Amino acid sequence: MLEDVGNLFHGFAVVAQPYNLLLMVVGIVLGVIVGVLPGLGGANGIAILLPLTFSMSPTSAIIMLSCIYWGALFGGAITSILFNIPGEPWSVATTFDGYPMAQKGKAGEALTAAFTSSFVGALFAVIVITLVAPLVASFALEFGPPEIFSVYFLAFCSFVGLSKEPPFKTIASMMLGFGLGAVGLDQMTGQLRLTFGFESMLNGFDFLIAVIGLFGIGEILLTMEEGLSFRGKSAKLNMKVVLNTWAELPRYWMLSLRSCLIGCWMGISPAGATPASFMSYGIAKRISKRGRFFGTGEIEGVVAPETAAHAAGTAALLPMISLGVPGSPTAAVLLGGLLIWGLQPGPLLFTEQKDFVWGLIASMYMGNIVGLIIVLTCVPMFAAILRIPFSVIAPIILVFCAIGAYTVHNNTFDVVMMVVFGIAGYLMKKTNYPLAPMVLAIVLGDKAEESFRQSLLGSQGSFSVFWSSALVSTIMTLGLIALFWPLIQNAWTKLRGSAGEPHPAE
Amino acid sequence: MSHSVNEAAETGPSQRGAEIGVGIAMAIIAIIGIIGSLRVGIGWAAEGPRAGFFPFYISLIVLISCAFNVASAAMQAKDGGVFATWSQLVKVMQVLVPTAIYALVIPSTGIYVASALLIALFMRWFGKYNWLIVAAVAIGLPIFTFVTFEIWFLVPLPKGPFEAALGF
Repeated sequence: MLEDVGNLFHGFAVVAQPYNLLLMVVGIVLGVIVGVLPGLGGANGIAILLPLTFSMSPTSAIIMLSCIYWGALFGGAITSILFNIPGEPWSVATTFDGYPMAQKGKAGEALTAAFTSSFVGALFAVIVITLVAPLVASFALEFGPPEIFSVYFLAFCSFVGLSKEPPFKTIASMMLGFGLGAVGLDQMTGQLRLTFGFESMLNGFDFLIAVIGLFGIGEILLTMEEGLSFRGKSAKLNMKVVLNTWAELPRYWMLSLRSCLIGCWMGISPAGATPASFMSYGIAKRISKRGRFFGTGEIEGVVAPETAAHAAGTAALLPMISLGVPGSPTAAVLLGGLLIWGLQPGPLLFTEQKDFVWGLIASMYMGNIVGLIIVLTCVPMFAAILRIPFSVIAPIILVFCAIGAYTVHNNTFDVVMMVVFGIAGYLMKKTNYPLAPMVLAIVLGDKAEESFRQSLLGSQGSFSVFWSSALVSTIMTLGLIALFWPLIQNAWTKLRGSAGEPHPAE
Repeated sequence: MSHSVNEAAETGPSQRGAEIGVGIAMAIIAIIGIIGSLRVGIGWAAEGPRAGFFPFYISLIVLISCAFNVASAAMQAKDGGVFATWSQLVKVMQVLVPTAIYALVIPSTGIYVASALLIALFMRWFGKYNWLIVAAVAIGLPIFTFVTFEIWFLVPLPKGPFEAALGF
């Protein structure tokens, strides 16, 4: 424990180097821009910029990329409140009360509340990471293939159970991701598979291309269809408004704490920031004294989803650094980055790459502080970006997506694949197939398959290996519960009669 | 929803049809996956499960899920709303077609010229900007990316005959 504190301070020293601080600021500014623009989110913003970091040291690279993530989390709130357009899916719930507040001329209060609660949520989650991640990692060091597979199993089952999309759509989309990830060289036997003799299929489908296509191009097509025109409230944020709002916020400490806990829980299980923000908003609405005014511009309606979303977004990194299982698509892209930089994600990071892990954790603290200052001071500038017409922004985003896709492998065919993924993303989004599990499956496919086959190899093909010890049985059973959660919940409500209210995952 | 007043403008492919279409497309991919897995062997060999073992069962699960998805879409009411109106789809194609052409010409023209043309097209066609602003952005952005990527980060991007003529 004490050793961890020492490591953390060492991490701060690494982050405080001028070069890393500069990268941090660059990362946050880029992140906010990426979060504000439609079609560029945290996940594909990082995917596009990942190739630029190949020549950096892994620690500097992760600082910049994770700061893009924090920036994107902050940025989503700006568009929700000022323009009623969620820049990111997790800020949809913020529009419910944020935009009405802006319409009433309280945009400054709403923005301050949103940024501050984001910061609180993130800080809470970082503290959780600092305390819990090393323990989880040291525990996970003992894991053999069956345990590792059971963790993946739990992660993917939670997707099915917690997703608000129909379960079979989640399963189809996830398994398709595993299938795409399996194309190319089989890691264990060295055999080529599913390539059907096409040379361009030899390396399989790269998840970065998939992310840029599914989220980037797909999002542009959706935006175009909606014929988006930005008519926003102007953003003025002076110090007086900020201080007044800060004086008011401590009143909502219970709300914040509850939202933090919901966020952390949902972030660690791979449900992610979006359901966390909705759940937090929903519960706040039910519990708050002013609940019936929610939707008309209540500050609590901004605090609840923002705190939870940011806590979840940050907590999603906990399983990534301690177990190698990312809790969100953005965390998945960061995990892909680790692999590219030659680091093995998972529990070994804490023993073999101390600088890197603690640098990352320290940068979470610093990044959120720097982020809060940047967004509070530069809101008008970021809001101005949205006033650039879409006919200018769209082709520029397309060009950057293409450059990002090309630079992954210096391959022009990848740009074509990106467009194909874009069309797929558009169609899947329109027909309610969730994209996040698909991306996670492409990233983790090889590792999940490896642990699965190694487990079966150890047991000579018997599935009983997944129930061979208390630990692995527990995780697998939790996975099954998560998988059938909607059914269990239904049965439970029926059992208790109609009085039982739906109260998911609490 | 009975907004029958403007029904002329609101026609388009049905959501139900789109769901069935996506489901069938996924099922086809799953069948391709199953065939590919069978080719490399899905059974058990001396070194353990063979290469096709995992993708075979994965594809099988996709196929089964697709059957459920298509069935549940087919059971929806026929007037379950439109996937998108025709005018919306036209807008989508207006972006998609130039983007697809853009991706296809990059190997021959290089990324810079193609990007300049893409930006110019969008700004002139959708934005109705005057040529001066169009030229400024369409030429300025590729130069900016050139400096950032090729000179600053030393990441080479695809170049075509135009850049070759300039000596790069």
